[in-house]
Amino acid sequence: MNVVVMLKQVPDTETKIRITADKSGIEKGDIKWIINPYDEYAIEEGLKIKEGLKAGTVTVVTMGPDRCVEALRTAIAMGADNAIHIKEATEASDPFVIAQALSAAIKKENPEIVLCGKQAIDDDGSAVSGYVAELLNIPSVSVVVKIAIGPDKKDAKAEREVEGGAKHVVHCPLPALFAVNKGINTPRYASLPGIMKAKKKEIKTYSLQDLGVTAAATMTEAGYELPPERKAGKKIAGDTATQATELARLLREEAKVI
Amino acid sequence: MSVYVIAEHRDGQLKRVTLELLGELKRQNITAMAVILGGPEAAPVAQSLTEFGAAKVVFLESPELSQYSTEGYANAIHAYLSTQSPMAILCGATSQGKDFLPRLAAKFQVGMAADCIALKGSGTSFTVTRPVYAGKCTKQVSFAKTPAVFSVRPNVMAAQVKTASSGAPEKASAQVGIIRAKTVEVLAPATKKVDLTEADIIISGGRSLKSADNFKIIQECAAVLGAAVGASGAAVDAGYASHDMQVGQTGKTVSPKLYIACGISGAIQHLAGMRTSKVIVAINTDPEAPIFQKADYGIVGDLFDVVPKLTEAFKKLV
Amino acid sequence: MIGFELSEEQLSLKEMVRKFVQNDVIPVAAKFDASHEFPHDLIKKAWENGLMNGCVPEKFGGLGLGVLEDVILNEEMGAGCLGITTSVAVNNLALYPILLGGTDEQIKEFVVPFLNEPKLASFCLTEPNSGSDAGSLTTHAKEDGDHYVINGSKMWITNAGHASLYTVFATVNKDLKSKGIVCLVVPRDAKGISVGKHEDKLGQCASDTRAISFENVRVPKSHLIGSVGGGFKIALRTLDHTRPPIASGAVGAARAAMEHSIRYSKERKQFNQPIANFQGIQFMLADMATNIEAGRLLCYQAASAIDKGDEKKGGYYSALAKRFSADMAMQVAIDAVQIFGGYGYTREYPVEKIMRDVKLVQIYEGTSQIQRVVIARHLLQD
Repeated sequence: MNVVVMLKQVPDTETKIRITADKSGIEKGDIKWIINPYDEYAIEEGLKIKEGLKAGTVTVVTMGPDRCVEALRTAIAMGADNAIHIKEATEASDPFVIAQALSAAIKKENPEIVLCGKQAIDDDGSAVSGYVAELLNIPSVSVVVKIAIGPDKKDAKAEREVEGGAKHVVHCPLPALFAVNKGINTPRYASLPGIMKAKKKEIKTYSLQDLGVTAAATMTEAGYELPPERKAGKKIAGDTATQATELARLLREEAKVI
Repeated sequence: MSVYVIAEHRDGQLKRVTLELLGELKRQNITAMAVILGGPEAAPVAQSLTEFGAAKVVFLESPELSQYSTEGYANAIHAYLSTQSPMAILCGATSQGKDFLPRLAAKFQVGMAADCIALKGSGTSFTVTRPVYAGKCTKQVSFAKTPAVFSVRPNVMAAQVKTASSGAPEKASAQVGIIRAKTVEVLAPATKKVDLTEADIIISGGRSLKSADNFKIIQECAAVLGAAVGASGAAVDAGYASHDMQVGQTGKTVSPKLYIACGISGAIQHLAGMRTSKVIVAINTDPEAPIFQKADYGIVGDLFDVVPKLTEAFKKLV
Repeated sequence: MIGFELSEEQLSLKEMVRKFVQNDVIPVAAKFDASHEFPHDLIKKAWENGLMNGCVPEKFGGLGLGVLEDVILNEEMGAGCLGITTSVAVNNLALYPILLGGTDEQIKEFVVPFLNEPKLASFCLTEPNSGSDAGSLTTHAKEDGDHYVINGSKMWITNAGHASLYTVFATVNKDLKSKGIVCLVVPRDAKGISVGKHEDKLGQCASDTRAISFENVRVPKSHLIGSVGGGFKIALRTLDHTRPPIASGAVGAARAAMEHSIRYSKERKQFNQPIANFQGIQFMLADMATNIEAGRLLCYQAASAIDKGDEKKGGYYSALAKRFSADMAMQVAIDAVQIFGGYGYTREYPVEKIMRDVKLVQIYEGTSQIQRVVIARHLLQD
């Protein structure tokens, strides 16, 4: 049972966002980089699947600049068997471009299961997983909180969270892709022995050319902006009935939180 | 080259985000087509879609679409739209939208922008604004190829109001292809209490509630919004609420989208637990209460009077 | 002179421990401090993640971590809770004598089992009447055929109530003073051992501290580590290896106190502005940061020297690191409580616990006064 886990290295959740002068992105100089938290759940799920079946390998793959190798090493320290680095220095954000590269690399591994987090917390696109599944021509289930592999390992049932708290149990044949959500498991730490061993592990490296990918972006981005400053609060006037109705309206239409 | 909105519906009702998309396009004078998928039983909701401003409604009907599936939707929409030269394809960034749109865009070999909070269209192109880094900033995306594919965040744009129908929906054959991932069971949501630290909306009560029983007022309001109920340290110490409800220094630290503090003065211990909430509302009889300095919206009033009225106001909205 | 950068592995180690502390230690630290309950499950989890017994060399199946790695680990743990740190770190203290003075067979017999199970060990040197004057210990080990018979009592022994193995320092002849001391491995289940009550300490309450008394406790001669009369040297070498990590724990605790103070001073307003605007507060924060950085570097320097095998320099720098870090951490903690004002004086806020915890670092593993004696001895020797 070969499992491939796609992971992305992203800025730590506590990062203070600073926009570049030309508004083309954020300042990346001082950032602490981490494995996308949702991808950590995916790595853990991959390890659990392997441990449950007492067979198979877990391969992690990421696309990005050289600093991403650290994320791969952490995944190896958690227990992943192999790691693949697709070197890409421009940090493309077009999900089609990213998925072309990832699926080309993943195809070579011929996995039965592809895992990833439901979204990356930097771009919050929740899209790459669907693109990869489509390009690999395999079924996909997103926002998964439970995966159960069938007894002959030819199919699986996944529980998918939808609005309102209900869950859909989705059945699909393998190979398949699952984009997982928080709550599916509790990721293990990269143990100290794991960290010591990870340094020596060889990481396979590809360039986009190696994978036959033409990095032609289909979208352009610009105009990064911080959200408007938190305005001073307002006290709502009127009698209580008016205040209540007005507050409800403001919360819906102005603050957009209900 | 037309703009296509993929409609979403459930239990015979159109989801409001579909109307929000149609409303926004109409406001910008952009002609839009609406595409709706479903089984034969979706005919009435497809008809109702014609009353919301789309130039044309296309109903992709198949018994296999009675139930939503990622591949069913992506395959059928792609099969139809690839015969139409779409300029843009839009849908709501809902559980469903986020699920099928990427596969659909991949079939068209274009990128996509998710969860947009603004869109600006001219006759031939779109620029969208979307939040990134968990909403800490936004960026603008323009599309270099057609179709421009993007999803829009619900509850941001004003919904289209009902107008005259554009006529009966046009039925087109739905080529669903092979659907490999199918929903075989639906598990109803558990009724367990939402953990405060995970809640999107929290309504908290303070010592002014004067009894554990009075927390009912807060609970009723919370129930309407699907919110969790919290309490100040003072309320917990007085025995009006259990410790697991406490928000603050020695309780839980929360960061919901909306925090409504009822009868809470805003002592530093409480603030420590909720100050990173996105929107803070304070209800207190004392206009000088420190909490008003942190609140985005405040009502100077008696919570026993205000909160029930708020519950009614929320009921009307939801 | 090489740069001050940590290696990639060391940074990964630091990050891993920081995460463990964030997720598993900090949420329960106050609870264990209040209840004095022994954090069994947490210790087990630390062991499962490889955070204990790191000093066991690779050839015996251990991680072979150097003192520098131990220093990095202890700073992160100390930032979470010193009591829990002590509970976890003391295994190294108890096992080092065997690693430094024992034969390979002894290491295999006594140390390797700790790699296979989350067991605890205690280092037993201090007695009711011998603390700083460790060489004057009176616990007696008498030869009896193939065995030693131990009589005496030990005091302030960490993990005593939960350890399965004690590394005991006793004397075969009081008149020989420190030259009569032996190091003996004593299993907990040996007959004649009784363990006192858990001491109700000012701080580090999650750490189990007790008296132990030995009444005709027999251990085979094969449990003698090193030579007769060589025990004291083993104890001193052990302390040199553990002093930097202990000092580093204080650095971590001080760092936590400073971080709390920075956060609080930005939020607390008096005279219409955050108290962080006042130079009185700023100067305290600046001194905290300077001293923490200096303490950290002394710990790194000491660890580096020991890892390179320079025990003389290592001993000297260890004393500098321990003396400075413990004393500066105490001041940082006191200043943190001061910055928090009335709130800081209550258990609702985390800084009074740090103040109570850190006081012990000035006392154990060699008091700040003994460290000065050691430093002066180095300076004045010919």
